[in-house]
Amino acid sequence: MYRYDEFDLKLVNERVAQFRGQVARRLAGELSEDEFKPLRLMNGVYLQLHAYMLRIAVPYGTLSSRQVRKLAHIARVYDKGYGHFTTRQNLQLNWPALKDIPAVLDELASVEMHCIQTSGNCIRNTTSDHHAGAAPGELEDPRVVCEIIRQWSTFHPEFSFLPRKFKIAVSATEHDRAAIRVHDIGVQVVKNAEGQIGYEVWVGGGLGRTPIVGKKVSDFVLRADLLAYLEAILRVYNMSGRRDNLYKSRIKILVHEIGVEEMKRLVDEEFAEIKKNGALQLPQEEVDRIQKYFAPPAFETLSDNVPEIDALAAKDKNFADWLKSNISAHKMPGYSIVNISLKPTGLTPGDCSSEQMEAVADIADKYAFSEVRVAHEQNLTLAHVRKADLHEVWKALDAHELATPNIGLITDQIACPGLDYCNLANARSIPIAQRISERFKDIDLQQKIGRLHINTSGCINACGHHHVGHIGILGVDKKGVEYYQVTLGGAADETAAVGEIVGPAFTEDEIVDAVDTIVQTYLNLRQGDEILLDTYRRVGLQPFKEKLYAAY
Amino acid sequence: MQLIKNGAFVADGWQTVADDADLPDGPVIVSLQRWQKEQNALVARGTPLGIRLKSGEAPSLIAADLDKFEVVALEFPVYRNGRAYSYARLLRERYGYTGEIRAVGAVLRDQFYFLVRVGFDALEVRDNITPEIWRESVGVFTNDYQPSSDGKPSVLSLRQRLAAHASGRKAG
Repeated sequence: MYRYDEFDLKLVNERVAQFRGQVARRLAGELSEDEFKPLRLMNGVYLQLHAYMLRIAVPYGTLSSRQVRKLAHIARVYDKGYGHFTTRQNLQLNWPALKDIPAVLDELASVEMHCIQTSGNCIRNTTSDHHAGAAPGELEDPRVVCEIIRQWSTFHPEFSFLPRKFKIAVSATEHDRAAIRVHDIGVQVVKNAEGQIGYEVWVGGGLGRTPIVGKKVSDFVLRADLLAYLEAILRVYNMSGRRDNLYKSRIKILVHEIGVEEMKRLVDEEFAEIKKNGALQLPQEEVDRIQKYFAPPAFETLSDNVPEIDALAAKDKNFADWLKSNISAHKMPGYSIVNISLKPTGLTPGDCSSEQMEAVADIADKYAFSEVRVAHEQNLTLAHVRKADLHEVWKALDAHELATPNIGLITDQIACPGLDYCNLANARSIPIAQRISERFKDIDLQQKIGRLHINTSGCINACGHHHVGHIGILGVDKKGVEYYQVTLGGAADETAAVGEIVGPAFTEDEIVDAVDTIVQTYLNLRQGDEILLDTYRRVGLQPFKEKLYAAY
Repeated sequence: MQLIKNGAFVADGWQTVADDADLPDGPVIVSLQRWQKEQNALVARGTPLGIRLKSGEAPSLIAADLDKFEVVALEFPVYRNGRAYSYARLLRERYGYTGEIRAVGAVLRDQFYFLVRVGFDALEVRDNITPEIWRESVGVFTNDYQPSSDGKPSVLSLRQRLAAHASGRKAG
């Protein structure tokens, strides 16, 4: 993985020194909370319902075991002994004291980490495929481009005061695990007819109040031109994006209002000018330098058939269940991708204790080339594990309650922090997710239901990505009472779609039954090996509506 | 209000004139609207002329007239509104403007570093800004990842120089 050189390190240390000064001025009363707000927001410090929250950047979701141990240490010493992995592959601490944050930043800098641009109206952490470098059919490791974008976007002088936050995601396989079509910019690594690597670029996707699937603005941007092209998009947005209304200021609204053709024209014009200048052309040597850091680990030549693992699975149903859902195919024979669920029955999706983080770091050191990934579904991944080690890895994970066999299943839910933590929320999300996971905890039932994504948000800002859940749940407030609106048919992958509202919202008491009704309706209607999303796409909303509202 | 020009706290020799006010003697900064209405008269005065652009007024509107202006003042209605960062870069990099680009309006200390990088050489700042604060704010980072209007070598080009130097030494 990428390692800082002298320049990267100096910049992060200078940033810590700057923020330490700002915190000192705040604590001394020289800065009011109002004056401090824009400064702390440049550094991932939010004021939540009960306390400050610190968001730590995990660039493109990749961590070394050393970094994971440091995060465990920070959570233990400066917080309540756990952290929360987010849908943007970052880690949030919910209870740090403001006076400690400079010390936390020092600790982070010592392992080449930071909180830069994890909040504010700037280019946020670039996210990517948590199977990067391991997925079959990958054209190149998407993290190379992510790191190039990370550096270009860090303290970008022109784009640090954008109309609104700006999120970029990169995918390098046909199956999109990075949800690039619901990002401000989605970058898809592609190969042209001449065999050259380049990038297909999507613009104006996003969730929030106005969910929109991104539009393609370029079929092929050469690698050397990528930064120039991104700079062109950002410049058009910075100059033309709306600044009169917070809810209309994302780039998706600009693209929607002027149309994708006009957007394309403006970007192409700007791109041509920036290219003339030449300063942003990406030299091959820099690509090579960064690519070296993402070189594949020292894989062994192995057989893909590992009968002893099959034999163990035949004897132990729990192990077999875990293999069935938590393992993904690896590009190398004899290796697997191991997905670690942070969604045990009845607990908060994405939470991870310091002990669990340390266990994952130990397992990564022993079995997975010391590397850990954060998935946007709020899970963790060990990208390269020998198949022969799967039973040992499973046992080690299970000892720390990290072997819940539900990846991609109904209880592997995304949920925002909701009203339990967040001062924007209208309703609680975590308790709803917990009750759904209790209701469907039977693993055989989960497997029968198959792949199903339930996403829950506690307000219209959609941090729980409810629009792109196969089943989406949105908490709304009606005269002080929490209600839950349900959508069906959302998707975040290469078939991205915004879910359709099924009808009137449900009460807190009704919502889990409503989910159950949807699931039962699907099970009765499904043909062959359809998942719920397929059935919905075939039959539409009506059959679900009929069952859901039959009693009324 | 104080003026910082090329890093020095200096007296401001310019007067910004409201659209309905009579033009005083000496260098004046006028709005885009006044410039568009009174172009000939303004040029005929023979005194230095500046123009002030609001947040929605892109420099492309004055690109053909830039040789008439010694100052282009770009307005920040609120610190969050970052349009003028792009405007400044366009003035420097696209239109080759070499006169003064002045930041006016909501110009706070944590913007100084960014403003200088995109080509502002003059800033109207609050009275509580001291030379120490200026130096600290503008010099917060030694190196920068991106090429921009300040012409500083980016980290990328510094890396290439280092690499070239190292391989030169090896070859030698």
